[in-house]
Amino acid sequence: MTAAERRKNDEYRRARRARPFFFRCRLPSLCGVNQIDTEASVTLPLPFTRWFAEKGWRPRAHQLELLRRAEGGDSTLLIAPTGAGKTLAGFLPSLTDLTRRGKIPPGSAFTGIHTLYVSPLKALAVDIERNLMKPVEEMGLPVTIENRTGDTPVAKRQRQKLNPPDILLTTPEQVALLLANKEAERFFKDLKYVILDELHSLVTSKRGHMLSLGLARLRRLAPKLQTIGLSATVAEPMELQQWLVAQQPDEDRHAGLVLVEGGAKPNISILKTEERIPWAGHSAKYAIPDVYRQLLDHQTTLLFVNTRSQAEMLFQELWTVNEDNLPIALHHGSLDVGQRRKVEAAMAANRLRAVVATSTLDLGIDWGDVDLVIHVGAPKGASRLAQRIGRANHRMDEPSKAILVPANRFEVMECQAALDANYIGAQDTPPVGAGALDVLAQHVLGMACAEPFDMLELYDEVISASPYADLSWETFERIVDFVATGGYALRTYERYARIRRTPEGRWRVSNPQVAQQYRLNLGTIVESPMLNLKMVKRGQGGRIGRGGATLGKVEEYFLEQLAPGDTFIFAGKVLRFEGIRENEALASQAFSLDPRIPAYAGGKFPLSTYLADQVRGMLADPDRWHKLPDQVRDWLEIQRDKSMLPKRDELLIETFPRGSRAYMVAYPFEGRLAHQTLGMLLTRRLERMGAKPLGFVATDYSLGIWGLEDMGLMIANGRLSLAELFDEDMLGDDLEAWLAESFLLKRTFRNCAVIAGLIERRHPGKEKTGRQVTVSADLIYDVLRSHEPDHILLQATRQDAASGLLDISRLGDMLTRIKGHITHRALDHISPLAVPVMLEIGKEAVPGEAQDALLAEAADDLIAEAMA
Amino acid sequence: MNRLALARDMLSTPAPSCADTTVNGVAAVCDPLGALYLPDSGVVVVSDLHLEKGAAFARRGMMLPPYDTLATLTVLSAVISRYDPKVVISLGDNFHDRIGSAHMPAEFRSLITTMACGREWIWINGNHDPDGTVDLPGTCADELHYGGLVFRHEPRQGLQKGEIAGHLHPAATVRRREKAIRRPCFATDGGRLLMPAFGLMSGGLDLRHKAMRGLFDRTALVAHLMGRDRVYSVRFGNLLG
Repeated sequence: MTAAERRKNDEYRRARRARPFFFRCRLPSLCGVNQIDTEASVTLPLPFTRWFAEKGWRPRAHQLELLRRAEGGDSTLLIAPTGAGKTLAGFLPSLTDLTRRGKIPPGSAFTGIHTLYVSPLKALAVDIERNLMKPVEEMGLPVTIENRTGDTPVAKRQRQKLNPPDILLTTPEQVALLLANKEAERFFKDLKYVILDELHSLVTSKRGHMLSLGLARLRRLAPKLQTIGLSATVAEPMELQQWLVAQQPDEDRHAGLVLVEGGAKPNISILKTEERIPWAGHSAKYAIPDVYRQLLDHQTTLLFVNTRSQAEMLFQELWTVNEDNLPIALHHGSLDVGQRRKVEAAMAANRLRAVVATSTLDLGIDWGDVDLVIHVGAPKGASRLAQRIGRANHRMDEPSKAILVPANRFEVMECQAALDANYIGAQDTPPVGAGALDVLAQHVLGMACAEPFDMLELYDEVISASPYADLSWETFERIVDFVATGGYALRTYERYARIRRTPEGRWRVSNPQVAQQYRLNLGTIVESPMLNLKMVKRGQGGRIGRGGATLGKVEEYFLEQLAPGDTFIFAGKVLRFEGIRENEALASQAFSLDPRIPAYAGGKFPLSTYLADQVRGMLADPDRWHKLPDQVRDWLEIQRDKSMLPKRDELLIETFPRGSRAYMVAYPFEGRLAHQTLGMLLTRRLERMGAKPLGFVATDYSLGIWGLEDMGLMIANGRLSLAELFDEDMLGDDLEAWLAESFLLKRTFRNCAVIAGLIERRHPGKEKTGRQVTVSADLIYDVLRSHEPDHILLQATRQDAASGLLDISRLGDMLTRIKGHITHRALDHISPLAVPVMLEIGKEAVPGEAQDALLAEAADDLIAEAMA
Repeated sequence: MNRLALARDMLSTPAPSCADTTVNGVAAVCDPLGALYLPDSGVVVVSDLHLEKGAAFARRGMMLPPYDTLATLTVLSAVISRYDPKVVISLGDNFHDRIGSAHMPAEFRSLITTMACGREWIWINGNHDPDGTVDLPGTCADELHYGGLVFRHEPRQGLQKGEIAGHLHPAATVRRREKAIRRPCFATDGGRLLMPAFGLMSGGLDLRHKAMRGLFDRTALVAHLMGRDRVYSVRFGNLLG
């Protein structure tokens, strides 16, 4: 891009961005504001009224309402759809207050920041600065605004500490860093407003837990501060309202709520196709020609998928049919930042016709004139779908257009359910959840870095944050002990303690290196170990040339599975793996037609509880089938004839023989994670009951188990009781025994250990070359588990895994739900409903138990070779 | 914790699945607990114990579990009671850092003393602990020539006949049916043998890593991988299937 182009781009973006801020409400009926007393109760300072008059605009009702409440001293949650002018509403109280205050005369005493704006995205903080400066300059307000992110130069950060702006725009990590500083008290003492953007997405993660603890500290430094939360529609607004204010035991405390309803109803449909919809799989290859036709019919299309590998595949497929050479781009989190920025800029300048994207584009920023959103694969959650659709046509009074493309037949039902949910406005955002203990450990160390703390005072502060309101004193003590010496029963590390008690009984850091370690380890996002992937040329005789462009990052564990010569798709290219040199993976251009696809660790969402229930409801109710395509309806009808369709709260179990094996398929519809856990536990039990299970496979909808004994017969003659098999007591000892070896738990432990500061975070590019001075989290886990199974970090790991990778709470709910409602069908053949899960067999990763079998197979090769 | 569990079981179940091999003509047994046994001379070899690794990290502010030393010694004790060797050779990086042996708690010290009772114990010095051990039974040495073999911590460059070394923590990746499994291994081409790390908190380095380059005749190289309860022997050329 030339400098002139870039300037033009920026101008264009600025012009576009300014619009949604003060967008005049042309259709008042569409933005009905709840609980508004009277608009006349607030007066805007002169520059504001004059500016509005000049523009021919007037402030929106909810913007004034939020201002009125803020001036009344209340903290408030504003829930409004995209394009409703949420951000301005959030800043209005602080801008008017600063205008009335006027410029601080030079030579006055130090004044700390007035307003803190926190956003989950760096880019958003930077964008907001641009957007906010325009009206501030036009009105000539006496307000200074700056951002501070990980990219802010050190000199500027230093200057900000000495001479803070009135409004600081930043991220949760920077808030934690500022609070762990000795200057924190001075810096924040004048803080009046904290504006929390995209609060709905922040609160449910560990980042949200970290920020809630930071907010608790801010309240102590500036007791009068008020919070303003900005959020999209959520299932439980009260959770967010509580999150915004200090909690007190036995007292109901929550922020007020301003709710702006609706916006225009989106126009969502399911892709109509003449093609055969596949039984299983996630590629949606069948739909590519139809999808391509849609791209041709629209100006700019955003294509969302659920995983990065799906993104790669879809992008690849679209280019093979792209006869018109449409500018189509790819955007996902593993791509090189430079590449991503290029795509974003091209998008904002309307130079692209389509972008294939994962959740990296879910939030915040608006992306040019998108007139169509296509969602490939089921959205997995109704709220997620609503968010993504909101990306199209970023104005709340015009309907967005979206098309859902189910990848298989179950997904057709899921899409239909999501579609119904969107119309009835159902929400399935995840709950805030109990505050994570690893995050608490990080925070405790940070607080010791700021100033010596008194344990009781800090405890009171911590439990004022709503995610930690139920934290027990005993657990808090153990966390402090963990921070000091690792919290081990064997107390051999006292002399190496990181924090120590002063004679006055306060806890302080032992030495300055500890504070430095804290700063390096800060944060709650732990990525799998990744390597940079670099393009190289293959020269004569296969010699590898010097490195070329960096394409992005790939998980190390994925690379470990590749041998030189293997092909895979990345950054929209088919690549040939050449090997690993120092800390980089090398790949060259390949022309293979059958590449292996990067199997990324993250990015697969489980089906939400709400949607699962909807799908079960649809399955049980033939009256709702008329909305489904003929082929899907036929499929369900044949299932009804050959086997049965379970009622909404019923669990259907089918058994049938196939080849030399016996199969059992269950249909709980609780998502892949819960099914995987269930599969592990059921196979253990079936083993004990003598069914000789050999393996299992889980999908979002069902679970298939196979073995040597005819399980149908065992049920018939009473040797196998389904009620016993599915009894809730499996969540006791069986779960414990399985967890001992579960690699899922090891992965969770690694994340907890990094966040809690037990092992050091890897800093990309800063690793030592050659053999690293790192220590394997798996090995630490094994040693700790065998010697101190009740260690606080193992507790934190189990708590995390139960709600995360293992989805145990959901499994528990399911087991309760189906009690007494299990129906068994013994069949002679596989049923239509069982086909999708049967097709997945062989595609799953090997669980720990099966690994030795593969080793034995390899070793047998050697024996066979020796015998030949 | 496979090896620790195996070590505990082993006291009750005596039949381990080892792999037999020869190094420069000397018979050797690769034990799934991670030790090498030389039956003709009654020698047990272990390498890279990295004792007191947790403490070494704790000294630098990372509070790793203080249980690694005990776990490693428990497995070592199972090895010793199985073979009742005349000589134990610990091939270097016996401790994770220089001051590890001096600062080791007394109860671990006495465990080693008990194990060493009635046999000869050789501590080969490693790069982590070049100064030898403090206050422990046995003899410290930089290398040892014994029974047609040479024992040293770091392998010499190029092919070697009769060298038993550690240092590199070899591990091998087996790939079958699109799945990859990596395990620590004994690596030998019949001339030299590289020992897996015995320390329970020590990781592995793949045989394909450049640090391994030139050390073996790859046509004769066999990886003896440590499985759950037996050793699996796979020719280097067959690892990836």
